[in-house]
Amino acid sequence: MSTRRHEDSVRTGLLWISPWLLGFTLFLLTPLAMSVYYSLSDYPVLERPVFIGLANYKRLFTDPTFWIVLKNTLIFSLVFVPASTLLALGLAALLNKELPGWKFARAIIVLPTLVPAAAAAMAWLWLLNSDAGLINRLLSPLLAVFNLAAPAWLQSRFWAMPAIIIVSLWQVGQSVLIYQAALREVPESLQEAAELDGLTGLRRFWHVTLPMISPVVLFNVVIGIIGAMQVFVFPFIMTNGGPGTATYFYSMYLYDNAFLFGPQMGYACAMAWVQMMMVGALTWLLFRMSRKKVHYRGGGA
Amino acid sequence: MTSPRLTPARTLSWLLLIAFAFAFALPLIWMFLTSVKPGSQTVLAGDGVLSVLPTPLSQTPQYAADNFRSVLTDPVVDFPLYLRNTFVVTILSVLGTVISSAVVAYGFARVQWQGRNLAFGLMLATMMIPFPVIMGPLYVLFKELGWIGTFKPLWVPAWFGHAFSIFLLRQFFLGIPRELNDAAKIDGCNHWQTFTRVILPISKPALTVVALLHFVFVWNDFLGPLIFLTDRNQYTLALGLQLYQSQTGNTPWNLLMAATTIVILPVIIMFLIAQRALIEGIATQGMREA
Repeated sequence: MSTRRHEDSVRTGLLWISPWLLGFTLFLLTPLAMSVYYSLSDYPVLERPVFIGLANYKRLFTDPTFWIVLKNTLIFSLVFVPASTLLALGLAALLNKELPGWKFARAIIVLPTLVPAAAAAMAWLWLLNSDAGLINRLLSPLLAVFNLAAPAWLQSRFWAMPAIIIVSLWQVGQSVLIYQAALREVPESLQEAAELDGLTGLRRFWHVTLPMISPVVLFNVVIGIIGAMQVFVFPFIMTNGGPGTATYFYSMYLYDNAFLFGPQMGYACAMAWVQMMMVGALTWLLFRMSRKKVHYRGGGA
Repeated sequence: MTSPRLTPARTLSWLLLIAFAFAFALPLIWMFLTSVKPGSQTVLAGDGVLSVLPTPLSQTPQYAADNFRSVLTDPVVDFPLYLRNTFVVTILSVLGTVISSAVVAYGFARVQWQGRNLAFGLMLATMMIPFPVIMGPLYVLFKELGWIGTFKPLWVPAWFGHAFSIFLLRQFFLGIPRELNDAAKIDGCNHWQTFTRVILPISKPALTVVALLHFVFVWNDFLGPLIFLTDRNQYTLALGLQLYQSQTGNTPWNLLMAATTIVILPVIIMFLIAQRALIEGIATQGMREA
């Protein structure tokens, strides 16, 4: 409506956003620039960085640990992101039925997202304790019927990864709220029309509801992947990457290189840039792939 | 409001919802129940599920008092100090974020200047940059500035605007009728006066949401303190908890769960007080592109 674009000078505008501009330059651009230079250097932090060209990047390709942490991180992301999306969508749809006590249930589901990750890790460490934890106390008698032993969770090379995924799923509440809000926006008339056409239950959800909320889902999947690629606190506290390297993730190896192993800040920064490229590429890929599938409502959204 | 009749399908959904709610609550219930048990009853493999309750029940307040006192007076891990540290960092951080983000958000919402959308897009893009990518050089930078060994790395950056908070406040400011700005202008107000006298007073709900979300964000931060705090006397609660767990390798579970309860309690209290505002704020996070 208002046709007065640019009634203020650029200087006024920049002055208003100057706190962010300063912070952006100081605490983001500067470390990013430093990171580029370090990634091309040998830099044990206590001494000055020495330029060594692409050696750090070349080393990555022949570093077996790099491939292990990359594989673990991809497995985690590939399981966690779809699982959390399904769980969040399901819970959101369930909550939106507004069954008796749904607000209380919502509060309980959201609360874990506010719990400090370090504290959540401690609570789950105890919950998943293979001998005395509540989960195995519940599982053992059930599994005993089939002559099966309860999993050793964090002590098991196989079960440690699923355990970390389960703990991460506990903090799905934020996505639930987002999907709840998105589902509410779907016009009632559309649902009714679909029902008249004989679409019910899951089919209606798939053909009518999901396309309507696809922009929100896509956005959250992208955010979810970016987050999953950085998984750190739960494995750091609960398994420290173990047993062996079963839950050793990308950000943990990066952290170890930057602050412990040597330290090798240059090598860590090379890892950081590879991570940045992967996050960027994945985001781009997802947005491209879904260009046809995602429906944006209205023209000028 | 009239609620629809409970059909069999709805009853099934309802049972499912109860099961999920129970599953989500279980870790915290189990944590709390363990924190009020005497150590001798905590780790007993093979015990049935019913053994979660301490016996005799009448002794529970006494057990709880013993456990929490033991945690708060630990000779190595100084929880009262960590609590104070966490409060200092959190308050300085929240204040900084709210004040600076409000100013920047006004610049993005109500000041009409060329290049505004470009700058705003750039700011949104910065939210995608993973923290691990810059954490190494950031440490070096803070070291050069002489900030390592102080709380500054954890709160000074907050005074330069926080991208998500700016986004949230901008959305809110955009929803305020433009006529208010025009009226203020006719009254001879410049942008600063409009901001402080007109916009800020009616933005209290949004400012509260930003403050609450940032409180949770700082209170829960683990990686930041882990990297930037080198002195044990400056640890925050999240770090202290990990120290408490790892110091001996066999901290009794009842004490560890009491310590965990102490770390979680402030967040739970805040959630109980400001549930509605928090839920709305969290839900907004996924609507960025709208």
